[in-house]
Amino acid sequence: MSFIEVLSQFETFDIAAYLANVHPQDVERTLRRDRLTWQDFLNLLSETAGDYLEPMAQKARQLTIQYFGRTIQLYIPLYISNYCSNECIYCGFNRTNRIIRKKLTLEEIDAEARAISETEMRHILVLTGEDRNVTPFEYVESAIQIIKKYFSSVSIEMFPMDEIEYRQLKAAGVDGVTIYQEVYDRNVYKRVHRAGRKTDYQYRLDTPERGARAGLRNVNIGTLFGLGEKRSEAFFSGLHAKYLDDTYLDTEIGLSLPRINPAEGGFQPYDLVDDKTFVQFILAYRLFLPRVGISVSTRERAEIRDRLLYLGATRFSAGSRTDVGGYTKPHDSSTPQFEISDNREVSEIIHTIKEKGMQPVFKDWELI
Amino acid sequence: MVEDKLSIGNYTFTNRLFTGTGKFASKSLIPEMLNACGSQMITVALRRVDFASKTENILDYIPKEVTLLPNTSGARNEHEAVRIARIAREAGCGDLIKIEVITDMKYLLPDNHATLLATEILAKEGFTVLPYVSPDLPLARRLEEAGAAAVMPLGAPIGSNRGLETKAMIEILIENCQIPIIVDAGIGKPSQASAAMEMGADAVLVNTAISSAEDPVTMGRAFSLAVEAGRMAYLAKMREETKTAVASSPLTGFLS
Repeated sequence: MSFIEVLSQFETFDIAAYLANVHPQDVERTLRRDRLTWQDFLNLLSETAGDYLEPMAQKARQLTIQYFGRTIQLYIPLYISNYCSNECIYCGFNRTNRIIRKKLTLEEIDAEARAISETEMRHILVLTGEDRNVTPFEYVESAIQIIKKYFSSVSIEMFPMDEIEYRQLKAAGVDGVTIYQEVYDRNVYKRVHRAGRKTDYQYRLDTPERGARAGLRNVNIGTLFGLGEKRSEAFFSGLHAKYLDDTYLDTEIGLSLPRINPAEGGFQPYDLVDDKTFVQFILAYRLFLPRVGISVSTRERAEIRDRLLYLGATRFSAGSRTDVGGYTKPHDSSTPQFEISDNREVSEIIHTIKEKGMQPVFKDWELI
Repeated sequence: MVEDKLSIGNYTFTNRLFTGTGKFASKSLIPEMLNACGSQMITVALRRVDFASKTENILDYIPKEVTLLPNTSGARNEHEAVRIARIAREAGCGDLIKIEVITDMKYLLPDNHATLLATEILAKEGFTVLPYVSPDLPLARRLEEAGAAAVMPLGAPIGSNRGLETKAMIEILIENCQIPIIVDAGIGKPSQASAAMEMGADAVLVNTAISSAEDPVTMGRAFSLAVEAGRMAYLAKMREETKTAVASSPLTGFLS
């Protein structure tokens, strides 16, 4: 079984037609229910539901506090290489982009990890581009063994791997994997992924399942808003999370919902998600998947992130740099993957979280 | 009247409300809440404790006179639970351990089998073990044999605030176990905590219902009063409920 089978069941289903037919009473009925079906989820993603943001927010707030408390988990990204053999036309690391490429040596990785561990951050997300020649599996494994000495939890956001590789990385100290499908629409997927291993739609789609089967504790998925039609992308990413949550009971499933912002290469998003719709989507995800964690990265502006605190967001990145080597040598680093919109220092973000009546959580696991 | 004390292993308590450190808006609310409710034992997830932190540590917010009950939250199998328990003891958190092994991220129901295995190992290593389980008498008996110091059956799924949904099963544990029964998880209102105590539970552990209340300090106090009232009612030996009215002067009174 794979999520691809669930997707295929929707091949003949006209989402746009369904959404256009959602009436206010459908949204109201959904809001009265405790357990939502996929039809309810669609109702909440519809334009009609745009008039119900306040009742949706009230419910989302109550569910978030019930399941996650008045807390927000913090993590920080660490880019160890930006070499990439893929040609993803929206990404700054696209192999055709003439940018400063950099791969950290193991000594530099140690220095970066140590620099970050001087802050309060205890959960780290390690990232690379996809280049199995420049950054082979063995390099990643060695990097993890170094990084884990400094943190309570190590997750990776890298090229998709085989189940056996995830097992090896788990043994090396990884406990979570983040992998975005980027876009669920196959046609758009093909159009924006022009070359490289990433052109294999299904291998990427099955990645979270390989991670879960390998015994990773956390699997984080998502769509990159701006590529496919926004409402159907929101729907399929939510459905994917639901499928994983139902199928892999001992894996904690999370969602990340980045919106494209300017990267090197000047990609213009096909379907922009404005702030109001973005908030509506987050609320819909929370109502459909009450226990699923939702990450909001520094791609989002501070004012949006701060407002999402009570509305469903459960994880924030903070103090992020998306350039390689940026924590120790900010003036001698690579070109960043994307522009950061929330440039606040960790201390400033913590201050705001506390001011909003929430507790920032730095450590939520113990490497054992 | 003899003072009503609860013994768990070598520990003795006069307050039967146990609390937790999770989900609070601010850690500084924890000591305030403890002060308001008088709870003498509080559970803390070891995974949330940052022993390396230079600035602050959740343990700094727990008054010295309150007993620390580290828990193994986050463990997905008995091996992880055992390792977390050992880390807690080595770090100076004492020998009490609440075993929480959860293999189902959807409902967060405890894995009774893995919990029993972890209990067997840790009890032998000298821990005072409090296993968190779904109420089940044969399992509770095995936990007792394995050396558990108490059994912590859930009232309803954790964080659900649904109350004593497993009441009938918990009653069976209360009637048949020698070690204390502490109702843990699911209690959403003081009246539900009171009901658990009325039916003979030895204590209750309440976290979400206190920490996610608008005013956790006052809610802590409310739970404490409810637990005390329920306990007093239990000790005073409540009359059974009957379907029909019962005259207050029975006709056979002269025979006694």
